[in-house]
Parts: sequence; C-alpha cells; structure tokens
Amino acid sequence: MRVAFVFGWQMSRKIEGTMSSPVISGATAHPSPASSPAPAAEVIGVAKSFGAVQALRAVDLTLYPGETHALLGENGAGKSTLVKILAGIHLPDEGEIRISGQAVTLRSPLEARAHGIAVIHQHPTLFPDLDVAENIFMGRQPRGRFGQIDWSAMRAEVDRLLAPLGVGFDSSTPVQGLAIADQQLVEIAKALSLDARILIMDEPTASLSAREVERLFAIVRRLRDHGVAILFVSHRLEEVFALADRITIFRDGARVITAPASDLTLEATIQHMVGRQLQTLFPKEPAEIGDVVLRVEQLTRAGVFHDVSFELRRGEILGLFGLIGAGRTEVARVLFGVDRADSGTIHLDGKQVSLTSPAVALQLGIGYVPEDRHRQGLLLPFPIASNVTLPILPRLSRLGIVNRPKERDLAAEFARRLQVKAAGVEQAVAALSGGNQQKVVLAKWLAANPRVLILDEPTRGIDIGTKAEVHHLISRLAVQGLAILLISSELPEILGMADRVLVMHEGRITGIFDRDEADQERIMYAATGQARIPA
Amino acid sequence: MTTLQPSAQSRSARLAAVAGSGQFLRLLARIREAGLLIALAAIVVIVTVQAPRFLQISNLRQILLSVSILAIVAVGQTLVVFTRNVDLSVASSVGLVAYVVRDLLRDHPDIGIPAAIAAGLLIGALLGAINGALVTIGGVPAIVATLGTLYVYRGVVFAIGGGELITASEVPQGFRDIALSRPWGIPTPIIVAAAVALVFAYLLRSTRFGRELYAVGSSPEAARLVGLSVGRRVFTAFVLCGLLCGLAGVLWGARFGSIDARAATGIELQVIAAVVLGGVNIFGGSGTVLGAVLGAILLGTIQNALIILRLNQFWLQAISGAAILLAVTADALITRRVRRSLVVRLRR
Amino acid sequence: MTRLARWETLLAALLVALFAIGIATSDVFLRGSNFSLIASSTMEKAVMALPMTLIIIGGEIDLSVASTAGLASAVVGKSWEAGWPLWLCLVTALVVGAACGLLNGLLVTRLGLPSLVVTLGTLALYRGLASVLLADSAISNFPAGFTRFGFGKIGGTGIPWTLLVFLPLFVIFDVLLHATWIGRQLYATGTNPEAARFSAVRVANLKLGLFVISGVLAALAGIMYTARVSSSRADNAIGFELDVIAAVLLGGVSIFGGRGTLFGVLLSLAAIATLRNILALNSSNAELQSIAVGSLLILSVLGPNLVRRLRGAQPGRLAGSRSARMAEAGD
Repeated sequence: MRVAFVFGWQMSRKIEGTMSSPVISGATAHPSPASSPAPAAEVIGVAKSFGAVQALRAVDLTLYPGETHALLGENGAGKSTLVKILAGIHLPDEGEIRISGQAVTLRSPLEARAHGIAVIHQHPTLFPDLDVAENIFMGRQPRGRFGQIDWSAMRAEVDRLLAPLGVGFDSSTPVQGLAIADQQLVEIAKALSLDARILIMDEPTASLSAREVERLFAIVRRLRDHGVAILFVSHRLEEVFALADRITIFRDGARVITAPASDLTLEATIQHMVGRQLQTLFPKEPAEIGDVVLRVEQLTRAGVFHDVSFELRRGEILGLFGLIGAGRTEVARVLFGVDRADSGTIHLDGKQVSLTSPAVALQLGIGYVPEDRHRQGLLLPFPIASNVTLPILPRLSRLGIVNRPKERDLAAEFARRLQVKAAGVEQAVAALSGGNQQKVVLAKWLAANPRVLILDEPTRGIDIGTKAEVHHLISRLAVQGLAILLISSELPEILGMADRVLVMHEGRITGIFDRDEADQERIMYAATGQARIPA
Repeated sequence: MTTLQPSAQSRSARLAAVAGSGQFLRLLARIREAGLLIALAAIVVIVTVQAPRFLQISNLRQILLSVSILAIVAVGQTLVVFTRNVDLSVASSVGLVAYVVRDLLRDHPDIGIPAAIAAGLLIGALLGAINGALVTIGGVPAIVATLGTLYVYRGVVFAIGGGELITASEVPQGFRDIALSRPWGIPTPIIVAAAVALVFAYLLRSTRFGRELYAVGSSPEAARLVGLSVGRRVFTAFVLCGLLCGLAGVLWGARFGSIDARAATGIELQVIAAVVLGGVNIFGGSGTVLGAVLGAILLGTIQNALIILRLNQFWLQAISGAAILLAVTADALITRRVRRSLVVRLRR
Repeated sequence: MTRLARWETLLAALLVALFAIGIATSDVFLRGSNFSLIASSTMEKAVMALPMTLIIIGGEIDLSVASTAGLASAVVGKSWEAGWPLWLCLVTALVVGAACGLLNGLLVTRLGLPSLVVTLGTLALYRGLASVLLADSAISNFPAGFTRFGFGKIGGTGIPWTLLVFLPLFVIFDVLLHATWIGRQLYATGTNPEAARFSAVRVANLKLGLFVISGVLAALAGIMYTARVSSSRADNAIGFELDVIAAVLLGGVSIFGGRGTLFGVLLSLAAIATLRNILALNSSNAELQSIAVGSLLILSVLGPNLVRRLRGAQPGRLAGSRSARMAEAGD
C-alpha cells in the first residue's frame, strides 16, 4: 500500500502538469537552516490548555524568512492552537514568542498584524457587503487633502496588488459573490499591502480545486522568494511535500520532529503523525450485503451536481469520495430533504419518494450525521439526553407529553453503547470533547433507527482513539443490516471501510470502484477529473 | 468499471463569470434606488392625471415640508441600522426635545434662541448616548434597550409636562421662524433636511468613520480582526442618531402650533418604514441615507396623494404597512434569485 | 436551567416587595375591588403574552398582536352593527385573527423574511385596516351580557370573568411548552434553528402554527377588550404590544430565543400590573408607570450582565469569548 500511495501522488503531480520540481528541489533551492538568515519568528516552550484539555505542551518552532514551513499533525494535535496564538487570538499559558529576535506578547490580531504577521484562516473573515478594495484597506484607507477617502488611489493600489496574483476580479468587486479561493487571495493581497513578513495559512487548500491550489502555490512560492517566512498547516500530504522546505510534525500537543522535507519519507511522516501503523485503524468486518434499499437516478441540482445515480444495499458501506467542492455534501443534503433536487428520482425499497424535509426523510428511514457538528449536529447548551432524543421525541410521548424517564433511559442506553465519556446524560453537550460530541450525534441517529444512514465526514476533528471506535461502530452497523453512505475526504478511511467507492468531481460521478479494484491512484484520478491512463 | 468526465469549463470562462457577477451585484444595488424613483414617479403620474394640482410647486413643497422632520430622523435611524442595531426610542426622543425646548423658551425666554437650540441638540445627543451605553457597555440588545428607553423617555416628558399644552404664542416668534421661514422661497426645514442628508451621505461615503460603520454592521467579527472597536462605533452611531432626533425635536417644537407631552408619538413606525423602503438592510452593512430619505419622500407622497384625491385618510397606515411588506418581500425574492444565479455561474 | 430558577425567584421577591409597598401606601390595596381592577386590565395583555412567549422562545417576534386585537375589535363592532348574531361576530373576529397570523407566518416561514420587519409592517397594515373599517366612529351598543362578561366579576368575589378565559389558556400553554415534545422542539428551534431542522424538527410548520395561534389569541384579546370597555374603536388596544413584549422579556425569556418559562412571564405580568396599580392608587400619572416599566425592562437584561461582569467572567476580550468554542473545534 505504501508503494501505491507514493506512486499515486507522484503520478497525480505529473498529470497536474505544471507541478514544479519534485520534492528534492524544495530543500536544495534554499540554504539549509544552519546558514539561513536570522529567524523571522520563534516559538519557544509555548504551552496552552483550555480547561482540562492540554492543547499544546511546551512546543518550539522557528520560522525563517524565505522558507516555507509546513505544520502537520492529526486533528487534535495542536496545530490550529499554535496558529491562533501566533494570530493573537489566544495567549499562551507558558513560553515565549520572538519576532525578529525580540520577545513580544500578541494580545490581539491587531498586535500580531503590527508585528508583521498575516494569517489566512480556513474560512476568510471578510466584509460581505463591501468590495475588495475596502476589505483590504478598511481602517487605513488612503486619504486626500481634506481628509476624505481617496477612492481612485485606493482602487489603483488594490489593482496593483492584485495584478501579479492572476485573479479574475478587480478592486470594486463585492466580496459577497466571491468563491472561497478568491476570498483567500483577497486576504493574501491584504497581507501584501501590510508588508507582512510572516504569512501563516491554516488549511489553505481545504476548499480549493486543483487549479486553484496550483495558483495559490505559485503565489506562495513567489512570496517565499521575496523573503517572506511562510507557515502553513495542511492535511494533504502530497501538497505538503510539493510546497514545503521544512516540515514540523505535532502529535497530541507536542512537537515530534522538525526536518527538511527532503529528509522525510511519506511513511515516516505518517508514522510520526499517527504513532502507529495505518492498518490497525480501519477494522472492517465482512457484512452480508442484501437488497437495494436506496436507488438514486440522475439526480441533478443546477450548478451543484449533475446526473448522480447509484444504488445502496442493506449491509453495504458505500464510500463517497471527492475533494472539497465535489458536491458530496450537496447530494447528501438532497437525500436528507434539506435541499430539493431540480430533476431525477429517489427510490426507497423500490418506491419513489419525495423528500421535502428532514422530518419526512426521517419518517422514511433516512438519517444524516452532518459535516458541521456544532452548527448542524448538536444543540450545544442542551443536555446529552435532549440531543439524543430530539428527532424521536414524538415516539417517546403519549398524548403529546414526553415520557421523561423513558427518554433518560433511552439516552443512557445509547450513551453506554457508544461509550460516551460524560458525567451522566444530563450534562450539557458543550462540555464534551470533540470525539464524545460526535458520539452523541451518532447516538441520536442510531436511536432514530433508520434504514439508511448517511455519514458526512464522521471522524473529522476527532482524536485517534475515538476514531477507531467510530469505525468499529460503523462496521458493526453494516453487519446489522444498515445501509451506509460514508462521505469522507480521507482516502485511507474510504479504502479501509467501504465495500464500494463512488468518486465525485465538480458535481459529477467520475468513478465507481469495488473494494478490490479501488486504490489510491485510481481514486485520485477520478477525484481530480483527469483522463484515465490505461493500467 | 469507471465512468469519466472531463474537467469543467475553461479557466478564463470561470474568471469572466466571477467578474461579471461582481458587476451584477453592484448593478442590483443601483436598481434598488432606481426602483424607488420609479415608484415615486408612477405615483406622481397617476395622481396628477386625476388631480393636476398635485404637481403644483406649492403642493410639492408641502410634501417635502411634511417629510422633512421625518427624513432627519430617518437619517439617524439609518446610521444605527447600518451597525446592525435599531433605535425604537426615536419618537420619544423627538417628543422630549420638542417639549423641553418649548418649555425652556416659555419659562426662560432670556436664554435666547441659539442657546435653546443648542440645548435641544445636546439633550438629543445625551438620550442617544444613554441608548449607546446600554447597548455597548451594558450588553443589552438594541431592541430591548431602546424599547425600554422608549418607555422611559416618554415617561420623562409626561413627568415634565403633565397634560399641559404649550401654545405657539408662548414662545418667541423668532423660534417659530426656524420652521416657518422660507429663505429663497424654500421652507427652512426642507433646507435643513437636505443639508443633513447631504452631509451624512458624504460622511458615509468619504470618511473612514462612515465606512467603518458599514464594516461593523457587515461583519463585527471581521471588524474586530482588523482592530476596529465595534463598541465605540456603535455608541457613536447612537449618539449621532440622538443628535439628529434633537434637531428634529427642535424643528418639531418650532413648527407645530400647540405641543404637549404626546408630541411625536408613534413616528418610529414611519421612520423604520422609510428606512426599509429606502433599501437599507435591516441586518446592517448596506444601504444609503439617500435611500432612506427617498423612502421618507415616498411615504409623504402617498399621504399627500390620499389628501389630494380626497381618499379616506385612514388608508395611509394600511398602505404604509403594505409598502413595508412589499419592499422587504421584493428585496428577499431578488436576492434569492441573484444568489441562485451566482451559484450557477460560478460552478459552471 | 438554574439561572432561570434564580430569575423567577427574583421576580417572586419583586412581587412580594411590591405587595408590601402597596399595602403600606394605600388602604384600598388589599380590597377585592382593587384586585379585580389589577386583574381585569391585564387580562388582555396576559392572553396575548402566552403565544408571544412561545414565539420569542422560538427565536421570532410578533409586533402585530395589538393591531390584530384592534382589527378584531373593529370586526366585532362592524358585524354587530350590521345585525349579525353576537356569536357569529365573535367567531368572525377569531377567523380574522387567524388570517392575520397566517399572513405573518407565511411571510416569515415561506419567504424567510425577518419577523421583526414583517410584523412591523403588519402592525401598520392591520391597524390601518381597523381604521378603514371604523374611521373615527365607535360602536358601543353591545348586549349587556357581553359587557358583563368583559367587565364583571364572579358573584361577590373580585375575580373577573375574563380570568376564567385566561387561566385554562395558561394551563394549556404551560403544558404545551414545558411537557410536550412540541415545546421541546420549540426550545431547540430558538437555540439553533439549523440543528433543529437537521434533527427532523418541522421548523417552518412550528413557526407558522405559532403565528396563527398568536393571531387567534390576539383576536380573543381584542374581543375581551371590546367587552370590557364596551366599545369598538379603531384605536382599541393601541400600543399593547409593547407591554406584552416587555412583560415577556422581563419574565426571563431571552430575546435571542431558546430560554424562558411561562411561570416567569406570569410573575412578570403580575408584577407590572401591581406596579401600575400602586402608582395609580397613589395618584401618580401615567408617566411614572411608563418610566417604571421601561426601567424594569432594561434592568432585566442589564442587571444580570453587570453581575457577570463584576464577577470577572471574561478574561481577554476575544480570547475569553471564543476559547471554549475553539477548543472544541478540534485542531
């Protein structure tokens, strides 16, 4: 599997075409750390905890100008916390931060900015009602002789900043209509205008298409060549090796290793990140696959996805893979009645159904564990019991009155089954860890007893231990006869869990693979919409 | 077993779509104001056909005069709405200032008119500051805070005035002239309202402060990230609104014959109607004061049309309500259409 | 949950204090006739406060209740004047109320418009329609039985007949909100409408139903008001919505939705009514009542905020408020 993986990403890079030199050149194009200029930023012994959770344990990190430094680690490793500390959003509990050799305290994003740090978050926070120029210059608009804002000067300056970025919008475009990729570039232009010496990017490629990634990397390389120190956090190992000069790996809040990218192999990297062999993570039990439960035919939603057709059987785990933006969650939303399709049909147990709302979907036996746990999956101030029973409260009621003892028992039963670690089912869900919160969401949908369960990125943002538990659970559910649609952007997870794999790219199904013929290479081809090369 | 599709459209076509959509959105904002003007023109045409004297200068002047005070308050309300808040207490503030200024001039005519005006403005600003403090420092949501001050301020007027009427003859003529005089044939209130509208339109367009008001309402989170103090700007917006209420109160006190503690009761509804009609987004971040002023003029025109056409005056309130509903519905439908088409353009 | 229990305790204490002040400042305070005065003038607002509480907990607001009441009153008057039997007039008024609520509900749920603006518009529209129906006139020749219902008391006690309308409604709403699954879904909707929807709550239908009920009960309140003052005028119940909303908010219901109890609202209605009564008995004019109610409303939110601030809840500005959320975000 290791060979296939390596081959896979090397091949995909070749096919992308414009990919720069292979991994080696990333390091040799620049002086080794020993002879590099003075550090732009140093993180020394920084530790941070949130209540009982120790997010960072005395970590060190050094950023040099003219170098791209990647930060890797599993979810919960502490990467985002470090980014937020450097961004001035959190204050470290211990340790020191030095910018250009000087110790500083970053008490706010403004102070971070004043020290030359620019941060591009995963979801850019811009002013939707204002245009690009104002977003870049808000608070420091150029002024004319009488103190009035000089719009033409501002626009001209912004156009000048945007020119080398090769974008399709100009300074007067309202930000509201921009795709995330373009919003990121607005943030980068803002960083440029602030003459940032340190650029930090948190999961910058999560929402980008392949071409947008390519464009972004070209810009980042150019910034690096101009002497900017770049730190980026990413899950996508292929991209990391393509872009980074040095790599630091975090695990469980501590730094595990820092090394030039050329010195690290893929397998070693994964091992440092995970701390154990990949194989033990995905224990799939064989399940008896029965009749077709769900059949989707030519489902189309204009501008979102087209002609999506597939079948799902009892006991089957159907993986749905694709890069972000492929349209997978959009399909799931239609299957759960959140959105309506423009054309196409959905059949449950042979009968055509019209899914007008999640309530209707539930009635017909479809459940959905959403991608966004906090906004869509849970009511954070509510206790575990209320969260678990919300969809099925009418079933637990007589003449409308809720049977509270029955509710509590049911919730306790499912919490026990899923091993939710909490101080009883009356505890508010907000106090639980990410992994336990996800278990509560799962408990909710298991209690609803569906026939079809759609899981959208079920193990995102969960610690490794809970991840394995969730995978065990999914496997067991399939054995019990549930039909499962597993949406994931983690290739190993899909390969480990799915009986069949559907691949989507920009709204269309570009590949369907059985378990034995699915491998990283083929799936990545389909996911990036490339023409297939005969095996 | 594989089925494959080539990548979507070429890069240049996608870029063109993005640029086009930007211009589309900007056009939409202009359309909003154009729509108002069209509605205005339509009413004028329809009514003039029935009653030609509608279009006489004296009548048009009457319309503008009747809405001038409302327009001033609408400008103030717009500032607050830009920041994602609302000020329900404007009517009480206007009434309070109107009564107090009259009271002052009746009992102490020696302080002089300019001082009385200054007092009115100051009181208005103070009332606005209280609102602002409650919202920013006290953390009270604007709806609740200004609902409360609506009660409290009105109560204060009643406490000062009891049931007393202050008639026109009890205040110096010079004061009344503020509202009644007509330099160059234009009633002073119209000039004042126009000046206020222009000044604030400029402020909101060409000063950092004005742009920051929009920013704070568009995304308070983004504002904090760039170091803008949301609280300070919201507070200032409330103070300015109060100041304009003070100005409106002075004009109110000068304009009307007899004033009692119930002055200006209920105008908050018309103010918000004007603001909503004017295309100002109730969730903040977009709109123009000129739009709000146009909204006020539209309302005033409708009222005048009712009088001219000798229709039942009591239709005015129903029409105002229907107008609000239509305006907001139209806005929502258009936005939905735009958003849907944007998604299609960007994805294909 | 305990925070709310503390709030209701505060309200109860306030009520007790008000009673003490009332007894101390006026001899007639404890008389049955006085009690009925307090009660009957509050009944209409109390009836409107029931659905208003549910609507605000659900994350919306209805500013048009008083206008619906006024319109219902106008409908009663006009149809009575046209010679219809009384029961038909009343039923028609209730149907009109339902229609008013339906319009509100449709605009909010089907078009997704903000309820603040929609009900502001219908506040004007419905009141305007009442004006069109009645203009300046008043209709007051209602049958004695009707008037006795609205104004009279049961036997020798001071209990107004209208209380018999309110109490069963209160019980129904209380059970609905606190014991049924509908109430639970409502709290969920007000806390996080998206998550509620994803948990198979029929959010749109729930809100639509609430607005219709609000309209019906507002019409009922309008009927009660008409009976009490024995007159149908275009400005009946004008301004009542502010009192109703103030009572609900003061009762511990959060304007943001998701929190509050009916018992708290009941206490706050009682407190406001008692306060007004005390001030009236002591010949204070309406203005002091106004100031008092407004101040109470502001204090109901300001008080807890200041207490929290004094206890030093927030460390760094941005850090304190977001750290909990971010820690959960899982990095």
